[in-house]
Amino acid sequence: MGLARAIQPLPLPPLADSRPKPTATASSLFLGSTRTLRPSNTFARTHTRTRSISSAQRRSAVAANVSDVKLKPATNLLLTKEEALEVYEDMILGRVFEDMCAQMYYRGKMFGFVHLYNGQEAVSSGFIKLLKKEDSVVSTYRDHVHALSKGVPARAVMSELFGKTTGCCRGQGGSMHMFSSEYNVLGGFAFIGEGIPVATGAAFTSKYKREVLKEADCDHVTLAFFGDGTANNGQFFECLNMAALWKLPIIFVVENNLWAIGMSHLRATSDPEIWKKGPAFGMPGVHVDGMDVLKVREVAQEAIGRARRGEGPTLVECETYRFRGHSLADPDELRDPGDEKARYAARDPITQFKKHLIESKLANEAELKAIEKKIEEVVEEAVEFADASPAPSRSQLLENVFADPRGFGIGPDGRYRCEDPKFTEGTAQV
Amino acid sequence: MWGIVRQNVGGASGLSSQVMRLRPVASAMRNYSSATKEMTVRDALNSALDEEMAADPNVFVMGEEVGEYQGAYKITKGLLDKYGPERVVDTPITEAGFAGIGVGSAYHGLRPVIEFMTFNFSMQAIDHVINSAAKSNYMSAGQINVPIVFRGPNGPAAGVGAQHSQCYGAWYGSVPGLKVLVPYSSEDARGLLKAAIRDPDPVVFLENELLYGESFPVSAEVLDSSFCLPIGKAKIEREGKDITITAFSKMVGYALKAAEILEKDGINAEVINLRSIRPLDRATINASVRKTNRLVTVEEGFPQHGIGAEICASVVEDSFGYLDAPVERVAGADVPTPYAANLERMAFPQIEDIVRAAKRACYRAVPMAATA
Repeated sequence: MGLARAIQPLPLPPLADSRPKPTATASSLFLGSTRTLRPSNTFARTHTRTRSISSAQRRSAVAANVSDVKLKPATNLLLTKEEALEVYEDMILGRVFEDMCAQMYYRGKMFGFVHLYNGQEAVSSGFIKLLKKEDSVVSTYRDHVHALSKGVPARAVMSELFGKTTGCCRGQGGSMHMFSSEYNVLGGFAFIGEGIPVATGAAFTSKYKREVLKEADCDHVTLAFFGDGTANNGQFFECLNMAALWKLPIIFVVENNLWAIGMSHLRATSDPEIWKKGPAFGMPGVHVDGMDVLKVREVAQEAIGRARRGEGPTLVECETYRFRGHSLADPDELRDPGDEKARYAARDPITQFKKHLIESKLANEAELKAIEKKIEEVVEEAVEFADASPAPSRSQLLENVFADPRGFGIGPDGRYRCEDPKFTEGTAQV
Repeated sequence: MWGIVRQNVGGASGLSSQVMRLRPVASAMRNYSSATKEMTVRDALNSALDEEMAADPNVFVMGEEVGEYQGAYKITKGLLDKYGPERVVDTPITEAGFAGIGVGSAYHGLRPVIEFMTFNFSMQAIDHVINSAAKSNYMSAGQINVPIVFRGPNGPAAGVGAQHSQCYGAWYGSVPGLKVLVPYSSEDARGLLKAAIRDPDPVVFLENELLYGESFPVSAEVLDSSFCLPIGKAKIEREGKDITITAFSKMVGYALKAAEILEKDGINAEVINLRSIRPLDRATINASVRKTNRLVTVEEGFPQHGIGAEICASVVEDSFGYLDAPVERVAGADVPTPYAANLERMAFPQIEDIVRAAKRACYRAVPMAATA
């Protein structure tokens, strides 16, 4: 406990107004900007939370119980039964898949760096299930579940993790580099913060297509997922600035699980409330309970709607937790001041959602059990498929370095130069 | 007068006889009786960008000062008026941010031309050039290619100090997945930039600030809007039979002048303009060395792990039996660039250094260490 006390740099400021102020920009000046931000009162209304931070709770590295106020059963508000079951299935898929990854890793089928997403499923399912196929998702190394939620088949992801040629990147990417052009999963980046500018670029393309290429209905949005540690990185701020400046259709989703490997968020950050960094750049910043998929989905709907309408970016901070270590190689010793892990385990997103579904009569035990069984079969089949798949052939080593086969570029006739029979090695004449 | 020196080097045939510019011409475009025009490298780059943007609406330019300022070195002059602020995008000072934005937009099929004010600033964005641009086609197994061009001035200018003078050819040239181009003349600039923009892969386009104002003659073929040069092929600027001198960018000019001086001493030098560091045209270099049996490599960058080192290794691997003398590397001094004019002059290869190295390779001079 002494350790916990020492690592708390400042007492969390007691919020006089119990509601967060996500759209502080409504009252602040936009220096030099001719844009006005439409204050979005729905945020303030639905995210009432009581932040009673007792000193005992303050000692631990986590904000107090955020979901004291329950949303009323949302049967008529948020989800139809089909949508509910879809979201539930997606969350179960994420959990079962990641658990299987751990098993496979310890059996030696998977290797290198593997970062698991257990506990954070509400964020992925809450956001990504609202997207169209053409919308893009950019992630970090903790990207298996983002790829699965976006639609990449489980067997393709599992084969990729096994390093087989049937993987989504033919075994050339690996756990940290999931790409899919079909489902618009744009990676999978190992360097934290690297995905944020790439996501901003994908959003830039969406705007460019609409304004310059005149594809009038192009309203694709991009989601950038990253963690609390990334929120201190320079590229993050550069992109907050440019996204707000050019009103790009992007949502910055911070999966604040309070730990960057073994570095507590509170030890690393001068102001730990990440959502506040949004209004500083001229976009709404929202804090949401990332263990509750319904709340995440509601915020996501609003943010995605904003982006699609061309109103610009949003910063969403999801308070969540990872039940496992940073990676499968992480002994995870630093992370339990107080009974933090136990308390978050009690807020397991899947258990919560299951309880809600049953209580609100959206589904019954039998249906949910059927889904769980189905997903287990899917994941087992994925493992069998990956096991049976061949390793990449030797010739694959040198493939795909360039899109252009030999690297000599495109000729004036528009075809690859190396395919031109008259093209030879030797000195170039004009 | 025109300020041109037109030379027919003894024994060299038509196209490869190089016309040398000694001083920039006042007007960039002139008609001579032989119907070749003159064009500065700046105009060559500008016209190439202009034509490619006109031909393909997916091409856009992004960088600091490219729009309203007309380009930090005026390379993008006039483009903002022609194409508007959506296609000529002024950015805040955020190299990592806008290089990444370029990569992200290239993932979705746009063709960005990202300008770094100098390539020294690309170090702030090098993660994106290498990790998200160069490696993406491989990591995604061909699903996502990145048709992006990173361009800007590279290497030393005049008196700009240590942090503005580094040459990045060796750094980027070692990365698989990148193409690295180094134009010299206006023809190179036009042809290679057009090829780079049309190319489906990430290209690092290393220009030189001091060459921007220099004029070179350009034929009608070069001025054609579909003109583009092959990537990965070097050009023999001057044919010779006694010694091969490889160079790129500004050093090609120096090498050509050194060749004239050597000619007076009876050494007939062949000058190769590399044009492309990656892929490196090993075939041309080796063929030339097999003909001349001696090699001098010239570059402005730091000597260790430099372009000359790679060329030397390539020649030793492929044409060892043909070498009559050790390969001479002429490179910048192994120091951060000093500011004082005389020190700076000593820190980079001058024409005399190339001449001396060539004579050493021909056993006409006593081997010496670098000048004190």
